[in-house]
Order: sequence, then structure tokens, then C-alpha cells
Amino acid sequence: MTTITTARPALSRVASAALVGRPGADTGRSDPGHSPAAPAATGADPLPLLCRRCGSRYDPAPIAICEECLGPLDPFYDRHRALPSRTTIEARPASLWRYREWLPFDGSPAHSLDTGCTPLVEAPALARAIGVARAWVKNDSVSHPTLSFKDRVVAAAINAASAFGLGTFGCASTGNLANAVAAHAARAGLPAWIFIPHDLELGKVVGTLVYGAHVVRVRGTYDDVNRLCAQVADRFGWGIANVNLRSYYGEGSKTVAFEIAEQLGWRLPAAVIAPMAGGSLVTKLRKGFAEFHLAGLVDGELPRLYGAQATGCQPIARLVESRGDRLIPEIPQTIARSIAIGNPADGLTAAAALRETGGWAAAVSDEALVRGIRILAESTGIFTETAGGATVAAALALAKSGHLRPDDEVVLCITGNGLKTVEAVTAALGEAPIIAPRLREVEPLVAALAGQQDPEPLVAASH
Amino acid sequence: MPITIALPNVLARLADGHRTVEGSGGTLGDVVADVTARYPSLRPRLVDEGGNPYPFVTYYLNDEDIRFAGGFGAAVNDGDEVIVVPAVAGG
Ligand SMILES: [Zn+2]
Repeated sequence: MTTITTARPALSRVASAALVGRPGADTGRSDPGHSPAAPAATGADPLPLLCRRCGSRYDPAPIAICEECLGPLDPFYDRHRALPSRTTIEARPASLWRYREWLPFDGSPAHSLDTGCTPLVEAPALARAIGVARAWVKNDSVSHPTLSFKDRVVAAAINAASAFGLGTFGCASTGNLANAVAAHAARAGLPAWIFIPHDLELGKVVGTLVYGAHVVRVRGTYDDVNRLCAQVADRFGWGIANVNLRSYYGEGSKTVAFEIAEQLGWRLPAAVIAPMAGGSLVTKLRKGFAEFHLAGLVDGELPRLYGAQATGCQPIARLVESRGDRLIPEIPQTIARSIAIGNPADGLTAAAALRETGGWAAAVSDEALVRGIRILAESTGIFTETAGGATVAAALALAKSGHLRPDDEVVLCITGNGLKTVEAVTAALGEAPIIAPRLREVEPLVAALAGQQDPEPLVAASH
Repeated sequence: MPITIALPNVLARLADGHRTVEGSGGTLGDVVADVTARYPSLRPRLVDEGGNPYPFVTYYLNDEDIRFAGGFGAAVNDGDEVIVVPAVAGG
């Protein structure tokens, strides 16, 4: 399941509803204030919602917080729904919808049917560099269609937006989500409004504008953008992927865990390390592994989860270390823009996910994360962005501090593509020589290298 | 001139449907106390049992997260704008 294949045709909404039914749909509260803005347009029916804090139930709706306590809402899955076997899943098309029983819809989604199923790449040289028994890269830097794991969450959110009949799709973003929302909206034929910090990397801005999205650059940090978007969602009634569609959106991240388990041959790694921005990914990795365990698809110990941040923005790492119960926000100062969230919405649950699975967090300097980008590229042939560099550097740090152990089998979640943040590594790479097209100009270049040894190789040669 | 507090829709319904409410006082905590005296059902969604900001909302005073400005103890002046948004959003 390492290649992306043609999507299967979607069943019509009527047919899918008749086939699958809507377990749990009649258990939600009936309140006109929670009703979708318009009848469902196409595709799958979003599930009802349940407050994680107080247990209040809501009919399916583009809302993400509880009216009673303002706590987060989660999709409510019927515990008695039929679940597929390993064989059934393996026979399905190579997309994240092969795990549809754990995604927040009844029926067949209409949009973004070809996202998911990115490669899991074994990385022996990286394992040696880190000092663990085996290492794999979950390579979402080649995610379809926008080269980051945000395609997964947006695949879920766009189907929710469409089902609720919302006329406009949008997000607040540090870049990768902007790319994904713009592309998935374009494919679904929805206009997109996208709010980003004004000074994002060029690749992320161009990689959003190109899809015809309305891009708004806001003077301020991501946290300022996020606050504005919460107000925008309230005022305009749009479907904002990570605001009012967040309950559906977040579930898409679980498919990283599902794919890791399946691609390892239906087993669990000892440890998984992922970058942390808002903290949702590690939270959903935990949920995904636990759901497959509960379904009997995998057994054994659940993975220890580790989170990576940059030292210039590490509110979750600090929370893990302090074992506190109140997040202290920060004003980000790091080149790792995609994880520069100083007020992470899932900070508390992320810190709990790391501590309670026996994992930990590490924060790394900008210099270390640039080195991490180069180590991954030179050891594994994968060019990741700053968040991936932070993940690699954090793995090295966690091994040094004894959190990752020599007999561990570790999966590194590489969530984004290096071509989007070339600014971060350009200075570290040096100039390539320019020559005339003559052999005699190549000869001295080769001769200059002969007999030279790299005094400090990034990655040790294999023996 | 009083201090205005902009509420999200989910809280506006607890303030007779007003998206913006006004209050007065020397600190943000005073203003919130003034407003919640008039709209008592807002109080448990703005203030926790210990008298601190309710953890599932974030307050911004003139665009700055109040956790950088002394929380409810932050000094306020006439004409200041306070924005309240649900804490669980983004990422
Ligand atoms: Zn609740």
C-alpha cells in the first residue's frame, strides 16, 4: 500500500445511507441551534458529537465546542458498529478511507478519496545514527495531494463541510493546512478563505494561492490568526476546518496510526515520535493505536509516544516536564513555522498522551533541527521541512537522554516536505560550483575531493 | 467610556443574545465581575471556581492574550477592547 491508486467511485448518498444506516444518530440532542446550515449536499453523514468533559450530546453539526461547558466535542461512534477484519481492510483501495469505520461518517465520503496510505520506509542508517534497533519513517512528506499530513485531516473536514452544505471552506494555518485546505476545496468546488501569518515561507504562500484560494496574510503570529479565525467562523458561518469542523477534522490524524500498524504487518512499534504544534497529532495517534488495539487488529503494548518541539516554542514540552495542569502560552521564536503555535489547543491532552504512554517530549534548537533535516536527507533520502527536522533532532536527543533505548523499534512521523521550507536549510548547504561545459573544469573538482575525508560526517557510514 | 467585551455566539446566548457587552472597573477582573453581575449565567463560563479565568476560554485585551498581561489583574482603561474566544480551536 505504498502507492496511490485511482479512487473508487463514491456511492450516492441515498444508496449509502440505505446500506449503512445511521447508528447513534437518533441519540443526539435535538436543538435547532445545532442544525446544519443547509441540507447535506453529497456523500457521507457526519456522526453525532459528544462532549469530552461533561458528556452532553449533540446532533451532527459544524460545532466543535460544548454549549454547556465549552469543552471539546468528539464524534460519537456506535460501539456496536460492525468492524472490518485485517483481510477486509487489506482488500480495500489504498486510501485513508480503508479505515472508514474509525472515521466520523456514516456512508461513503464524496471527496478526497485518494488521500492517505503514504510509505512507511525502513531507515537503517537513521536507526544507527539515533542508536535504536530499528527505525522507520512514516513519510507524509509525499502525502497526496499537498505533501503534508494535513491532507488527512482536511480529507475528513471537506466531507463534513460538504455534508453540512457549508458554502465556504477555510482555516487558520501555519502553512501546511493552508495548502491542504486550498487544494481539497478546489477539488470539491468550494471557495476557500485562508488566514495565515503575514511572514510565512514563500513556498507555503504560493502553494496556497495557486489553487485559487482567498489568502489573507495577518500581521501577527499564528495564535493571532487563530483567534481571528475563531471570530470569523462565528460571524460568517463558514466551515473552518480547524475551528467549527475541528471535531471531524482531527479524526483524520488517527489514520497515521492505523497505517503504521498495518504497514508493520499488523503490529505496534515500541515508540512513535511526532512533531507537536497544536498537540492534536500525538493525541490522535494515541487514540488510533488504542482503537486498533480495542478492535483486536493488533495486540501487545501500546507504543510510547514522544513529541518534538522547537526550543523557541515549547509550551507542550514544558508542560510534560513540569507535570502541570495549566498550559503557559509562549510567543514563538523559531524558524520551524509549521510548529510555531504558542497557545496549543490540545496542549493538555497532548502532554497527557506522552506521559501516560510512557513517552516524553524534547525541544531542539533551530540549529539542531536544520541538522536533523540534513541527517534525514543524507541517511534516508527524504527531504523534510523544519517540523521533520525537529522530529529527527528530538529522536537523537531522546536517545541520548535514555528515553529511547537501544532495543527500541521506533517510527518517526515525518509530516511535511522540505521543498516548502527551503529557506531553512539553504544557508547550511553551501554553494554548488558553476563551471563552463568543459571536462577540464570537472577534473579539478573531482581531484579536490580525492583523498579528502569529511571531518564530521552527519551520518556514519554503514559497516 | 466603558470597556467592551466581545463574546462568541455560544456565550452571547447567555447575555440575552448580545455579542458585545460593556462593563467598567480598574482591572479586567473587575470588568468581568461587573458584566457577570448583570448576566449571572455567563459567570461560570467566564470565571472558574477559584475566581480565575475559566480555562476553556481565552481572553484577549487589546489583541494580547491576558496570560501575558497579568490575567484578571491586568489594568484596563476606558475604551479598551476585550475579546473572548473558546480555547479549543486551531492547530
Ligand atoms: Zn460539555
